[in-house]
Amino acid sequence: MATTTAPTSSHPAEATNQVKHRPDRNYRRKQRWGWLFVAPFALIFLTFLILPLVYAFRMSLFTSTLATGNKFVGGDNYIKAFSDPIFLQGLGTVAKFALIMIPAQMLVALVAALVLDNLATWASKFSRLMIFIPYAVPVVIGALMWGFLYSPRFGPASSIFGIFGLTAPDFLAQDNIFGSLVNIVTWQWAGYYMIIIYAALRGIDPGIYEAAVLDGASDRQIALRIKVPMISSSLVMVVIFALIGTLQFFTEPQVLRGVAQGAIPVSYTPNMYAFTLAFSYSQFNYASAISFALGIVVFVFSFIFLFLTRKQSGLK
Amino acid sequence: MALVTDTPQRRDGRRARGSAARNRARNGGPRIGSHIFLLMLVIYFVTPLWWLTVASTKDTAGLFGGSGGPLWFDDGFHFFSNPQGLFERQDGIYWRWLGNSFLYAISGGVGATVLAVLAGYGFAKYNFRGRGAFFGILLGAVMVPLTALVIPTFVLLSSVGLVNTIWAVILPSLLSPFGVYLMRVFAQEAVPDELLDAARIDGAGEIRTFFQIALPLLRPAIVTVLLLSVVGTWNNFFLPLAVLSDPLLLPVTVGLNGWQALSNAGSGGEALWNLITTGAFISIIPLIIAFLSLQKYWQGGLSLGSLK
Repeated sequence: MATTTAPTSSHPAEATNQVKHRPDRNYRRKQRWGWLFVAPFALIFLTFLILPLVYAFRMSLFTSTLATGNKFVGGDNYIKAFSDPIFLQGLGTVAKFALIMIPAQMLVALVAALVLDNLATWASKFSRLMIFIPYAVPVVIGALMWGFLYSPRFGPASSIFGIFGLTAPDFLAQDNIFGSLVNIVTWQWAGYYMIIIYAALRGIDPGIYEAAVLDGASDRQIALRIKVPMISSSLVMVVIFALIGTLQFFTEPQVLRGVAQGAIPVSYTPNMYAFTLAFSYSQFNYASAISFALGIVVFVFSFIFLFLTRKQSGLK
Repeated sequence: MALVTDTPQRRDGRRARGSAARNRARNGGPRIGSHIFLLMLVIYFVTPLWWLTVASTKDTAGLFGGSGGPLWFDDGFHFFSNPQGLFERQDGIYWRWLGNSFLYAISGGVGATVLAVLAGYGFAKYNFRGRGAFFGILLGAVMVPLTALVIPTFVLLSSVGLVNTIWAVILPSLLSPFGVYLMRVFAQEAVPDELLDAARIDGAGEIRTFFQIALPLLRPAIVTVLLLSVVGTWNNFFLPLAVLSDPLLLPVTVGLNGWQALSNAGSGGEALWNLITTGAFISIIPLIIAFLSLQKYWQGGLSLGSLK
């Protein structure tokens, strides 16, 4: 790790290479100050990111039983994980969520941002805040709230469906729980993504639209062929956030598990499975392997996505 | 960012009349379709909060079958007796939870922001050995799912005896790689090297330069990172759920979730529903106020991450 390098050890040759116009001593002083500014964060970074990662990896290479104590098993836990139907099913679930939930959130956020960008009325300013507000609601509270709203006992669903002469579906039934969770997450996060996209749209030079209008472009053409391509780097970033969040799905299904009796198993997502393994069965080694395997999957998927969109994101 | 080349160059005379009409609309027409669409969105996003507001004025009987239905007020108005119930339940443990949430969110959020400001400024304005490598690792860390760290963090903290203390929540909350990234991007844009050099030539030390020159310029980014990390800690559920078991140390989210589980278990008489809805309503007010009152800072700040 480069972080352990002593702050004062600078190479004069490198110094003259990098900052030719500055005297050597000045460069060395700046080196030291740079490290001093970064050091407090580096300490936390090492303690609560690198160390747990290394530790989790190490733990995942062992098994621990009362009979044999700690025993090194190498990759066995990973082989076990990737052939564990419960873990694979959890991965399948979050993959399904990623494929349906992320496009749903992006669509709502993007269309809302484009519409808001086109309007400059008090109504649009007000709407923007109202759409964003769910982000300020803690995820647990959001999930609790929707749990009530879905509930046939408390919720308004039956009366709302009743207006149209329909019977409300049971949102908490096993068949519907997937859609119900997609709805909660979209409600919670679409506004946040909308604000990021909106801010990026406001950063575009409006002179470009004037040229397009002179060329006879319609609003829709301006939106799809100018605005969307110009904010593609923001869109890529937002999708990465959504991807990281979705693959580690935990809070909403964990909270909803209580009201949706039986529809959500304790191993519904990989994170829930790891939590159950660790805190209900004290299988910390296997839980670490699951966590680590999930981390790798998230990292790889984010990386693949960044690679596929390298042109749009502006990254190489 | 510069993708101007994608601008369509086609000329389409057919559209001339339509676009003239649209131009009129742009200059102040009502744009009914857009407004109806926004209205629908607002209804979708606000209804749950409206429901919560109304629900916080009801007692349990009103929640189950009040006269006004789920989306309107009941005959009985319990807006003031419900918080009193919160004071009575388990010696007012709810208020303790709320206080804990504040403690964790503020200490974790402020701490993470201080570290992010220092590190972001250091990365942006000093060229030190190992900078590129460290920043590269940090960028990779932004993609590490933080919940994957919860279980090893729990084991680490328990080996040093910190599990079930406030530090088990506060210390891991200080980690905000994304905050550092935002701060670096912003410092690079907003703090000109020339200004720093001028201050140094005038004899200011590095610390004085940082506090008097850089810090004021970084203010919008600081508010954004502060809000993001406060919300992140306030929202965190997995970490406190794993590292805390003492009911007196729980944040409000974990506490209310516990009440909900208790009520769902349906062990007769444990009908806490009205306390849960009122507790949830009270707990979302502080963050909503923070966002509304600081909006001019964070709205611009949130786009920072997408700057190149």
